[in-house]
Amino acid sequence: MENSHSFVLLLVTLNQTINVSVVLIFAGLAGLFSERSGIFDIGLEGKMLISAFFAASVSYQTGNVWVGMLGGIAASMVFALIHGLTSITFRGNQLISGVAINFLASGLTVVLGNAWYRQGGQTPQLSGAARFHEITLPFADTLRGIPLLGPLYSDVISGHTPLVYVAFLMVPLSWWVLYRTRFGLRLRAVGENPASVDTAGISVIRLRFTAVLIAGVLCGMAGAYLSTSQGAAFGKEMTAGRGYIALAALIFAKWRPWYLLMATLLFGLLEAISNLFPNIDVFGIFTIPVQFTQALPYILTVVILAGFVGKAVPPRAGGEPYVKER
Amino acid sequence: MDKMPKWADVFLVPFINLLLAFFVSGLVVLAVGENPFQAIWIMIKGSLGSTAGLGYTLYYATNYIFTGLAVAVAFHARLFNIGGEGQAAMGGVGVAVVLLAFNWQHWWLALPFAIIGAGSFGAFWAAIPAYLQAKRGSHIVITTIMFNFIAAAVLGYLLNGALKNPNNQNAETVPFGPGAHLPTAHEILAPLGIQFSKSAPLNISFLLALLCAFLVFVLLWRTRLGFAIRAFGQSETAARYAGINAVKITMITMLISGALAGMLSINVVMGEQGRLIKEFVEGAGFVGIAVALMGRSHPFGIVLAAILFGMLTQGGFELLWEMPDLSKEMVLVIQALIILFTGALDNMVRMPLEKLFLRLRKEQS
Repeated sequence: MENSHSFVLLLVTLNQTINVSVVLIFAGLAGLFSERSGIFDIGLEGKMLISAFFAASVSYQTGNVWVGMLGGIAASMVFALIHGLTSITFRGNQLISGVAINFLASGLTVVLGNAWYRQGGQTPQLSGAARFHEITLPFADTLRGIPLLGPLYSDVISGHTPLVYVAFLMVPLSWWVLYRTRFGLRLRAVGENPASVDTAGISVIRLRFTAVLIAGVLCGMAGAYLSTSQGAAFGKEMTAGRGYIALAALIFAKWRPWYLLMATLLFGLLEAISNLFPNIDVFGIFTIPVQFTQALPYILTVVILAGFVGKAVPPRAGGEPYVKER
Repeated sequence: MDKMPKWADVFLVPFINLLLAFFVSGLVVLAVGENPFQAIWIMIKGSLGSTAGLGYTLYYATNYIFTGLAVAVAFHARLFNIGGEGQAAMGGVGVAVVLLAFNWQHWWLALPFAIIGAGSFGAFWAAIPAYLQAKRGSHIVITTIMFNFIAAAVLGYLLNGALKNPNNQNAETVPFGPGAHLPTAHEILAPLGIQFSKSAPLNISFLLALLCAFLVFVLLWRTRLGFAIRAFGQSETAARYAGINAVKITMITMLISGALAGMLSINVVMGEQGRLIKEFVEGAGFVGIAVALMGRSHPFGIVLAAILFGMLTQGGFELLWEMPDLSKEMVLVIQALIILFTGALDNMVRMPLEKLFLRLRKEQS
């Protein structure tokens, strides 16, 4: 009896982990594309937030969640374009641009939300075709009887919204694009040594803009997931720092796609644990406070950055605007 | 040869940037269906039109002077301290510990120790990212962001545990007691026969902030250390060649920066709240970035920019009452656009202007 209870708890925790990791996967991959091309992106948070808002409002207006998602992606891409304009075209400070984008999203979502819906910055609740619903994978019910693997398949892997599966497919796709295509090779090269890419006759500006826009699309999906899939409305500041956790995961993963999946799942697990079990009692000797579990992703990232456990080396040209020599 | 005259660099470019930011903000106000000029009028009236409004404006400005100076000092050494938020939060812990440790008899006895508490805790929180940057090459922007979140967790833990007021349910400390109360503008000005609003939170910390601005000026432009900091920021290799120790300069600059951010809690925790609460920094650490950018990292510019941002914050609350269609978050939009135009898009204005001045000069000669 005791055993089956903890098994159910384990299943619930894993299920939650998958749900909360999705945002981190999308945003982390967004950061991966941008930073691998040499453009620092601390505006992940803002792009997700603006997308979450527009995805929810467009879904609400049109009654179609897919159109809503496109609306979210478009909004996020506009913000990505601003970031590209400041950091690539006008060679401004990429970090400051990111800060501005985060501020702009926090303000704009509430200002527009209040003016349009008058619900204190929230959008109306989404229902029916205006939000994503859980899908049951084939044979989920028939296979449930199989010990161990059955419940794992039908309760943890099956029963998520479509974007969850999209997110997990994005990881191998991103790996393939970055490591198996010519575009990916060039993108990684431009983040390490833009001058050599330029010498080869390839436009640094176009490559970097493409990378920044891909980041916009991925952040758009992350935001749409938050407001139309995980939740059923936009809420003020609903990203709640996840853009920064994704950034932490990206560093933790040393800017590599598969490591990134591991890092986001680990950080997702920590978030799930802090949601489900606020204070953990360790054999009655001491309690791990919930704040510690919440802060652990950041602490781990600092430890990795400090190089005490493996060294995280960022792309060499990251944060430096490229000036063509004359 | 300079490309632009100094007045254009110091005043014209920031002014055009600011105009652009306000222009785009005006478009947002229009889009929401309100009159932007009326909104500006409400904000000016709300922030300067009464002693209560002025008291709030300068109270917020005090915070922004501290955080703006913190960002600026680091900027001069080409370090981007984005961790003002966390350093200020830890400064609050320092203030609370000092003020709760003794039963203070008078504020002028308590204040110096509270300053030491705020400054040392803020500096401590900046010291770790500084050390990791100087010794291990960890990017200071990322580590200070992480430390903001860790500080929030530490503060939450302390306010629900060791520092919690046992007499109520809230995550806050017990009140500090009357001996730790800083004189407010009302109390200072009343003996002089000036009636200043009783409700405004403006207190003596404003003078402390101005003093800090002056001291930062002296430090940066009148001392050997300040010269070393600026030289390090201009060119690290040249500074190294001149015998300036990179690790030492990075550490000292960030300690000063963190201490300045921590001082915010003198104004908020000691001056206004009278106890330590959870979210007392309220984004002032980030506003400091905008203030430092607008003030061109010069203390005088920072004081002016801080007052402008204080007006925006206080004016934003007034908007809430007068224009139901406009939320106080409009202020965030304005702040974001100011950061965007003065900070990130500076070259958009600067490059065409430089060309213009070069052409003018050619025609003259």
